[in-house]
Amino acid sequence: MIEGARWKKWLWFYLPMGMFILGLLFPFYWMAVTTVRPDRELYRPWNHPLYSPFWTSNPTLDHIKNLLQETLFDRWMWNTMLIALAATLISLLCGVLAGYALARLRFRWAGLLGTAIFVTYLVPQTLLFIPLADIIRDYSIGDTPWALILTYPTFLIPFCTWLMMGYFKTIPKELEECARIDGATRWQAMLYIILPIALPGILSAGIFAFTLSWNEFIYALVFLSSPEQKTVPVGVVSELIRGDVFFWGPLMAGALIGSVPVAIVYSFFVEHYVAGMTGSVKG
Amino acid sequence: MARVLLKNLNKKYDDVHAVKDVNLEIRDREFVVLVGPSGCGKTTTLRMVAGLEEISSGEIQIDEQRINELAPMDRDIAMVFQNYALYPHMSVYDNMAFGLRMRKFETEEIERRVNQAAEILGIQGLLARRPRQLSGGQRQRVALGRAIVRNPRVFLFDEPLSNLDAALRVQMRVELKRLHERLETTAIYVTHDQVEAMTLGDRVVVMKDGVVQQVGEPLELYGRPFNRFVAGFIGSPAMNFAEVAIAEANGVLWADARGLRVKVPPARIETLRRYAGSRVILGVRPEALRMASAADPAEYAFDSTAEVVEPLGSEILLNVRAGPHALVARVDPSTRLKVHETVRLAFDPERLHFFDTASGAAI
Repeated sequence: MIEGARWKKWLWFYLPMGMFILGLLFPFYWMAVTTVRPDRELYRPWNHPLYSPFWTSNPTLDHIKNLLQETLFDRWMWNTMLIALAATLISLLCGVLAGYALARLRFRWAGLLGTAIFVTYLVPQTLLFIPLADIIRDYSIGDTPWALILTYPTFLIPFCTWLMMGYFKTIPKELEECARIDGATRWQAMLYIILPIALPGILSAGIFAFTLSWNEFIYALVFLSSPEQKTVPVGVVSELIRGDVFFWGPLMAGALIGSVPVAIVYSFFVEHYVAGMTGSVKG
Repeated sequence: MARVLLKNLNKKYDDVHAVKDVNLEIRDREFVVLVGPSGCGKTTTLRMVAGLEEISSGEIQIDEQRINELAPMDRDIAMVFQNYALYPHMSVYDNMAFGLRMRKFETEEIERRVNQAAEILGIQGLLARRPRQLSGGQRQRVALGRAIVRNPRVFLFDEPLSNLDAALRVQMRVELKRLHERLETTAIYVTHDQVEAMTLGDRVVVMKDGVVQQVGEPLELYGRPFNRFVAGFIGSPAMNFAEVAIAEANGVLWADARGLRVKVPPARIETLRRYAGSRVILGVRPEALRMASAADPAEYAFDSTAEVVEPLGSEILLNVRAGPHALVARVDPSTRLKVHETVRLAFDPERLHFFDTASGAAI
C-alpha cells in the first residue's frame, strides 16, 4: 500500500474506524455499566450535581444477585441453551444433507426445490406463528421446549440449506469424483472428503443458527407461557418489566449474562467462521 | 494387463450429442491420447470410461469384461484430473493412501506402496505437507502418485498438464513418458494440445464434434491425415491450405489458383483426374515449402511477398502472401529476408496433400 501523509491516514482511516467501533460497542458498555450501577445512581436526575451517566464509583453486584435469586434466570439460561442447541443440530443435519443434494445431485426439479426452500425463508415469522400456534396446540406441545425445538427449524433449515448449498458449490466436484474412483462410495466420499472440507461452512451455518435461536423472541413469547419454561429474551422482558416499571439493573444484568454464551461461541470459532463466509477452498 | 474396448459408444445430453459412435481398441500397455478442440467429446469419452458419466448407448470393455454398469470404484482404474483434485485437508501421504485405505489394505502395505511411489516421483520429502504448501509441479506429482499407488489396470489422464507453465509442462511430459515406460500400464490421455498428443501417444485419436476423425501413430497422422481437419489440427504451425482448380492440359494436371500454379505430381494424377474441372483444397506443410533455387523445376515454384518474418533461432517462419493466399514456410535460419521482398518458394512435390472441397476427406 502506498502511504500518504500520516494525518490523512488518521483522518480517513483511524478516525472513522474508531467512531464505528465506539458506536458498535457503546450499547454493550451501557449494558455493563447499568448492570453494576447501584439503584440510587440509576434513578438520579440529569441535573443532580453527582450525575455521571458513563461511570460509577460505587459498583455493586446487587442487580445480578437480584436477577439470580428473585427470578428463574438460571432456568431460562438452561432452557435457551437446550432449545438453541437442539434446534441448531436438527437444522444443521437437515441443511447439510439438503444443501449437498441440491448442489450435487442431478435430479428433476432440483432448481425449483432450491427456490421453494428459499421462499419459505422469506415468509415472516410474525405471520407464520399464527398457523404454527394451531399446529402446536393440535400436538399438545405448547409450553414445552419442543414447541420451540420443532418450530425454529422452520426458518433455520432453509437458512442452513442455502448457506451450505452455496458452500458445497465452491468445492470442486473433481474431489468427489476422484474419491469415488479411489474406491469410496458416495456416502464415504461425502463423509471423508466433502464434509471435512465444508467444515468452515458447517460451522458458520451452526453459529448463525445458534445465534438466531438464542435471540429468537416471537415464537418463544407466543408458544411458552409458564415462567419456568421461558427463554432468556422472553423471561427477562416479561418478568422484569412489570406494567410500566422497568427494573433496569436486573434487566441489563440479564441481557449481559444472556449474551455471554453467544459471544463465547463466536470467539471460539471466529477463524473458521470467517473462512466460511469468504467461502474459498484452495486445492 | 488391460485391454480397453469402446464399442459404438454414444453420449447424448438433452439436446447435445456429445459422443457419436466411438469405436476404439486400446491395446494392453498402450498409451493412447485423445486430442481435439474443446467440446469435441474427448473428456466425455474419458469420463465414461471412468464411470463418471452414464453411457447413453454402446459398450465399454476392459479385458473382455463389460464395465458399463460398474461403479467407478469397481473398475480398477485411476484418474488424474486437470485441477489435480488433491484432498486439501489431508497430507500428501494421506492423499496417496486414501485409495488404499478405502480398499482395506494393510497399514504396512500402504506404507510400502506410498513410499515406493513417492520415490519414483521424487516427492519423499513432501509426504507430511498439505497440498496448499506445494508448487504446481509438486501437486501434479502427488496426483500422479495417488494414481500409481493403486497399481490399477488403466490410467486415465484428463488434461493433467494444462495448469502448468510452459517450461514445467515440457518437463512433466518427459517424466510422464518415462513413467509409462517404467510402469507399462495401459493409459488413456486427454488433451487439447497436439504437441502433447504427438509426443506422448503411442497412438493418437483425433476427435471433432463427438466423432473420431482418425486413429494412428503420431507420424502417420502427420504424414497421412485422413481429412482436412486432422491435417490442420496436427502440426504447428498448421498446414497451409489453398483452394485450387484442377485443370487438365496435354495429359498433365495442374492445380491452379490465383497467385499459385502447381503441377500435380505424377503419382497423384490418377486419383485427381476425376476432379479435373472442379475445385479441391491443396494442403502443404510449412516445411514442405522452401526457398526456390535454380534447380527447382518451374512447375513447383511460385512468387510471393514476405509479410512477416519470425526468426525462432533454429528456423525462420516465413509468412508470405501469394495472391489471396497467406502461407507459412519453415526456412533455414541463415536465410536473409526483409518484409515486403518478393520471395520465390518451391513446393516439395512428394508432400502435397489434396482434400475434397465438400467433405474435407483426403484425396
